[in-house]
Amino acid sequence: MRLLDLLFPERRNSAVIAKDRLKIVLAHERASRNAPDFLPALQKDLLGVVRRYVEIRDDMLRINVGKSGDTSLLEINVEIDGAKRAPVRNGPATHPAPPPRPVPVFEADGPAPWVKPS
Amino acid sequence: MGEKGEVFLARVIVLTSGKGGVGKTTSAAAIAAGLALRGKRTVVIDFDVGLRNLDLVMGCERRVVFDFINVINGDAKLNQALIKDKRNDNLYIFPTSQTRDKEALRRDGVERVLDELKENFDYIVCDSPAGIEHGAITALYFADSAIVVTNPEVSSVRDSDRILGILASKSRRAEHNLEPVDMHLLLTRYSLERAKKGEMMSVEDVKEILSIPLLGVIPESESVLRASNTGTPVAFDQESPAGRAYLDAVARFVGEQREMRFVQPERRSIFRTLFGRA
Repeated sequence: MRLLDLLFPERRNSAVIAKDRLKIVLAHERASRNAPDFLPALQKDLLGVVRRYVEIRDDMLRINVGKSGDTSLLEINVEIDGAKRAPVRNGPATHPAPPPRPVPVFEADGPAPWVKPS
Repeated sequence: MGEKGEVFLARVIVLTSGKGGVGKTTSAAAIAAGLALRGKRTVVIDFDVGLRNLDLVMGCERRVVFDFINVINGDAKLNQALIKDKRNDNLYIFPTSQTRDKEALRRDGVERVLDELKENFDYIVCDSPAGIEHGAITALYFADSAIVVTNPEVSSVRDSDRILGILASKSRRAEHNLEPVDMHLLLTRYSLERAKKGEMMSVEDVKEILSIPLLGVIPESESVLRASNTGTPVAFDQESPAGRAYLDAVARFVGEQREMRFVQPERRSIFRTLFGRA
């Protein structure tokens, strides 16, 4: 009954839900369709690095290839809301990250390390 | 379109969908029948090797002697395998093998058979198997036009989108940088009433998501089952809503303007709009 529908609007109709869900999933699938094939490997490596600092699930790190005008963009989103700090510096055992490389130490005001002291 | 003044040089149309059960075979039979009714010499080929059904839908299952795979392998001549429709002189059915598997569809063999058919027909309608494996890819590979058969339902729309991506990247036209396959949306099993109630995505919704031109809307209709029960392409039943919808789609395909039917509700009085059932 149309009159009753106006007085008691029914819950959000299911066709609208279907359309919205499709739009979202297809936007993702279309973007990954033309994506370079190294993306899964890149994602795995990035997860390893990020996990040295925070505990995140696989789906919290997303990689997209998009376009902005003429520029191709590699977009990396890492969600860390509610993520705990990683307990061990080298990350979980499931994907051991390589040990951190030694970082050269600079004196705040001193010469660069490759300048021989006179 | 033929070179050197040839009369026939067929256009290859694939009916594809990704998802199974959306009405590819019914639509292939109906569209081929519709083209033949317009005087176009038309052959409809079953690419669903191992799951042959076009013969049943076309009502010629007892006349199959040789098939597509026999011709690809050189075991039979084309004119031994083609079945002439008894209702329309312009219509031929090319059945497939029920015993072989899809790997028997060798691309070079298919190309050779299609090239031979092109000399003798105006339209070659290819009924693709479901899926995105070898059989489906081979069916769409040589297409000039694609009719993407879609139901107003999430899994069908998603699979259609996937197929559109494949047509744009893996077809012969894409691989050889030719003019892209021209793509058409055929929305089947549509219920205007349910779309109006918000229980089913509307024609506009599906069009907007897939963004390809709409060729036709086929209403959910009991005439479709009746047609397949009796082995008659539904376009031959010109009294039925689905039959008329397919004939409209065919008319649009060959370039005629036809208003979409079954997408607008019939007029109602103010009284019914307010108090009638939606």
